Amino acid sequence: MLQTILVAATEEAQPNPLLPEPYDIIWSLVCFVVILFFFWRLVLPRMKKLLDERSAAIEGNMEKADEAQREAEAALEQYTAQLAEARAEAGKIREQARVDAQRIGAEIQAQAQSDAERVKANAQVAIEADRQSALVSLRTEVGSLAIDLASGVIGESLSDDKKATALVDRFLADLEASDTAGKK
Amino acid sequence: MATSDDGGFHGPSIEEFFPEAIFFAGTPFEINRIILIRFLAMLAIILIFWIGTRRMKVVPGRFQSVVEMGLDFARVNIAEDLLGKKDGRRFLPLITTIFFVVLFANLTGIIPFLNISSNAIIGMPLVLAVVAWLAFMYAGLKKHPGAFFKNALFPPGVPWPLYIIVTPIEFVSTFILRPITLTLRLLMNMLVGHLLLVLFFSATQFFLFTATQTSIFYGLFGVGTLAFGFVFTLFEVLVAVLQAYVFALLTTVYIQLALADEH
Repeated sequence: MLQTILVAATEEAQPNPLLPEPYDIIWSLVCFVVILFFFWRLVLPRMKKLLDERSAAIEGNMEKADEAQREAEAALEQYTAQLAEARAEAGKIREQARVDAQRIGAEIQAQAQSDAERVKANAQVAIEADRQSALVSLRTEVGSLAIDLASGVIGESLSDDKKATALVDRFLADLEASDTAGKK
Repeated sequence: MATSDDGGFHGPSIEEFFPEAIFFAGTPFEINRIILIRFLAMLAIILIFWIGTRRMKVVPGRFQSVVEMGLDFARVNIAEDLLGKKDGRRFLPLITTIFFVVLFANLTGIIPFLNISSNAIIGMPLVLAVVAWLAFMYAGLKKHPGAFFKNALFPPGVPWPLYIIVTPIEFVSTFILRPITLTLRLLMNMLVGHLLLVLFFSATQFFLFTATQTSIFYGLFGVGTLAFGFVFTLFEVLVAVLQAYVFALLTTVYIQLALADEH
């Protein structure tokens, strides 16, 4: 193709496309220099600034995300710790309550038992006292009655107290003895 | 464009690339249609990137995303990929400029009513190739002030008699052929692409409106050339992007080779 063009160019005395015209070179140079300065001084610095800003923004966002992650992890840890603490506390309180309940139960039981025993003892004492007083009064009454009866029977006053008492005692002893013998 | 009034068919010619001057005719500052298209492409670059980077937000909108994607392509896929972060940043303005100048100037080749790439005339490819040449010379001389030419012309590890062959080859390929191939690759891609499209569409014009007066069947050829023209228009989009990528990539590769510790 080049060959034919060259041949054609020489044959018809046409301009040679390989020989630059001065105006062509001049305007090419002007255009090139203008565009070179345009890219060098304006476009590429703007682009560089943008790329720097973009990488800074990306780095900043990543840092922010890291920070948020760290905060979230810290919060989670804190919450977990608090939860564990609360659980331990609840367990302790429950244990305490159980122990308290046991203690109170035992106390109430002991109290009740002691009360019952006390009531029983009081009752026994009262019974014994009644029995004793009944015994004493009976003995006195039986004695004087028997003496009155005997005095009447034998016509003789048993005024002598010493003698009378001895007599009664002997009588009662005999009575008890016979009573014991009779039981046997 | 290439069809003349007498009804005969004329293919596209090299005159396409040397249109009449519009301003300053005859001076070194002559401006013709192609130079105006070049200005328009540069204006498009400035407008798009000025608006696209005016109020940049950390979370980009649609337009900013597209602009960022373009700039990131030059930065990440070309500059930093080959030169690393540090050197990539040093040469990024140059690489970005080359990529977008070539891309936008190429794309005017398929934009209706512009229909020609300003890279189809040699000025811009040559200027960019010379810039690329200066850039890798600068990179090499700055990094290895004493050893750059020695490393380039006398590759270490080669037995000395071979230098008789190797050194001229290295000299020609490194310091002469690199800018020439950069220039011609872009120039010819755009030039031939334009000629092909003109050929297809002028043939379509001829077959559909002139030849059908002779026979209606010529219309079928017209449909065929129109289809080819359509396919090649899409192909030109690919070529436009690819050539921009290749030009920027090769410039970067040359810089990388110059910066390398050993060749």
